[in-house]
Amino acid sequence: MNRSKRRTGRRHPLATAALLALGLVFTGGAYAAFSTTTAQAEPSPTSQETIEEGGKLFQANCATCHGLEAQGTNDGPSLIGVGAAAVDFQVGTGRMPMQMQGPQAEQKPVQFTDEQVKQLAYYVASLGPGPDIPADSLVNGGGDAANGAELFRINCAMCHNVAGAGGALTEGKFAPPLTDVSGVHIYEAMVTGPQNMPVFNDLNISPEDKRDIITYLQYVQDNRSPGGFELGSLGPVAEGLFIWIFGLGAIVAITVWITAKSN
Amino acid sequence: MSTATTREPQRRTFTAAASNYIDERTSVSTFVKELGRKAFPDHWSFLLGEVALFSFLVILITGTFLTFFFQASMAEVEYDGSYVPLKGVEMSVAMASTLDISFDLRGGLFVRQMHHWAALMFVAAIGLHMLRIFFTGAFRKPRELNWVIGFVMFILAMGEGFTGYSLPDDLLSGNGLRIIDGMIKGIPLIGTWTSFLLFGGEFPGTAIVGRLYTLHILLLPVILLALIALHLMFVVVHKHTQYAAPGRTQQNAVGPPILPIYAAKAGGFFFLVFGVLALIASLFTINPIWNYGPYDPSPVSAGTQPDWYIGFADGALRLIPPGWEFVLFDRTWSFNILVPLVGLGLFIATVLIYPFVEAWVTGDKREHHIVDRPRNNPTRTAIGAAGVTFYAVLWAAAASDIIATHFKLTMEGVIHSLQALLFLGPIVAYFVAKRVCIALQKKDREIVLHGYESGRIVKLPGGEFIEVHQPLDEYDRWKLVSYESYEPLMIRPNARGKITVGQRLRAGMSRWFFEDRIAPVTKGELEAAHHDHH
Repeated sequence: MNRSKRRTGRRHPLATAALLALGLVFTGGAYAAFSTTTAQAEPSPTSQETIEEGGKLFQANCATCHGLEAQGTNDGPSLIGVGAAAVDFQVGTGRMPMQMQGPQAEQKPVQFTDEQVKQLAYYVASLGPGPDIPADSLVNGGGDAANGAELFRINCAMCHNVAGAGGALTEGKFAPPLTDVSGVHIYEAMVTGPQNMPVFNDLNISPEDKRDIITYLQYVQDNRSPGGFELGSLGPVAEGLFIWIFGLGAIVAITVWITAKSN
Repeated sequence: MSTATTREPQRRTFTAAASNYIDERTSVSTFVKELGRKAFPDHWSFLLGEVALFSFLVILITGTFLTFFFQASMAEVEYDGSYVPLKGVEMSVAMASTLDISFDLRGGLFVRQMHHWAALMFVAAIGLHMLRIFFTGAFRKPRELNWVIGFVMFILAMGEGFTGYSLPDDLLSGNGLRIIDGMIKGIPLIGTWTSFLLFGGEFPGTAIVGRLYTLHILLLPVILLALIALHLMFVVVHKHTQYAAPGRTQQNAVGPPILPIYAAKAGGFFFLVFGVLALIASLFTINPIWNYGPYDPSPVSAGTQPDWYIGFADGALRLIPPGWEFVLFDRTWSFNILVPLVGLGLFIATVLIYPFVEAWVTGDKREHHIVDRPRNNPTRTAIGAAGVTFYAVLWAAAASDIIATHFKLTMEGVIHSLQALLFLGPIVAYFVAKRVCIALQKKDREIVLHGYESGRIVKLPGGEFIEVHQPLDEYDRWKLVSYESYEPLMIRPNARGKITVGQRLRAGMSRWFFEDRIAPVTKGELEAAHHDHH
């Protein structure tokens, strides 16, 4: 009876499997949702625990140069009032703790977990008011790329190059390439002016304009050149070297081949 | 069917019939007979001029395509094409049409890139061709005038390149034009007037793109084409030069005839050059104007450089120390611009007149159809090496910022090193090249007189070990001994019994050129050397 019923199509032979799969998806999905909600319990900016943890990290890793109270020493500036954004940028991109004194702090692998970076940031933010870590809505694109591109050319390209390939500054300093910098870090760099970069405050470039600039940079990051390999986006120098070495090199090889004596 | 069989022999001779038809009306056969039997000596370096010619053909073909779609107007429009980060941006029609060629025209970006890559190749091939002519002494009588024509074409090619680079009216080319404008304005007295004449008012104005377009697609290419024709006619008239080898004299030219072998090779070579350029254009971005955006006088991007062939001029500007501009008599004197202008002018003029200088120094009025190996004229090669070094330092200076970032150096360090190298580099290059040439000549002499080291060790009956030297065969020896070596000129009083300043100068120059010389092996020396061995 059962068999004949199944055969008539009341229940598809794979129904059991489908049901099982559905059940697994629900359970797994619920578990995943649950576990992400626990993970999303980010360090709260105001919680005393976060600030205390950040303080401990600061004493262990930063106080040597910046002072036990972050008041600054001969080796490092005061951090009172630099805000969470500055710490999130400097520590979050691996520039701090600094590897060595030099023309400017070089990027290196990030030394802390995201949670620790946030704890440090909120600890420093608790010392005095300063720029905060920007909201997600400002840093994940979605702005006007054309406006951003124009602002980028006017305000940023003289150091960072129009394609964000980076450029040279004086005395060994340089503007780094922006080809793989996250939106949050770009925003934070604009509001805090790390290293030799000037500060672009909200009166200078409004938060919406900053969002547009980030949108443009993300467009360039996501859409590679329509013309083919970019040769580092370095402009005519790379193109000139390429035509001399590979272009003319290939042609000279061909001339040698054409005029070679046949055996 | 029978008609078909009777037609068979006629069909076979169609080419003959057609040729006859044309010949009876144009008498072209004398021309073909004359030209087709011209011999073209085979050496890879003799094809470099052809590379330039073929690149120019590619430029003409791709450029014609681009003129169909490019609009040389500086009227303002709002861009409404496919490239999102420029949508709604105000720009000139020239820029907008270049973007449309790049993004909204089928194959447009490929042709644009091919045009630009071919232009870089064109000037590079001319440069390499000129170096070949210089270092082998192929500019000597009767070819001095062809050197001058070639030189003028090199300058025109740079002009073609620069006008083309400026046409899209993007940020990069606008900055380049601004530098040219600044250089013109730095010239005393006429500078400002000239700049206003060129730009039709204050920079940038609304006329410059249209004017450059006329120069770029009409005036310069027409002059270039005419000079190319003249250049090639001279090659036919003079015959091609050749390297010394048995059977080659100043009176003949040995090599495959133009028809059919050489013509076939050259035709195939055109397609190879075309193919290489097409491959590069399809794989590598060049001049991404969409990154640069429309020209706006306020922003200047990091890494702003001209195309490579203008780089030496940009480098000269970059190497000038600060503070060379001052106000005197109520006028600004821009020596930061005048010194590079005059310096580069002298450098280029030296390149132009070098053949005449060398002819005057040697006092040689004979024709030269056998080219020198660079080592056999050490002073000329050393002068060339010094010139190349001077140019290369200026060229590197144009990339000083990129050298600084990529090799983790300081800008100041790079600039100061290049400033020193600009003067020390050519001197070092001169002496190194001269010594290397003389050493190579000595080696050649040794080989001619005593043969190659064969690596075969023989023990003599007395117990002595010697290495057997393999003598050269006559064909190889000919190449090593047949070159000219001048002796320094003696100062002699002229008809009036006086020694003029000019003669002293000439004798001094001659001594400088030919004091250190390795004379070619003479027949007597060779026989004496052989006598020793046997």
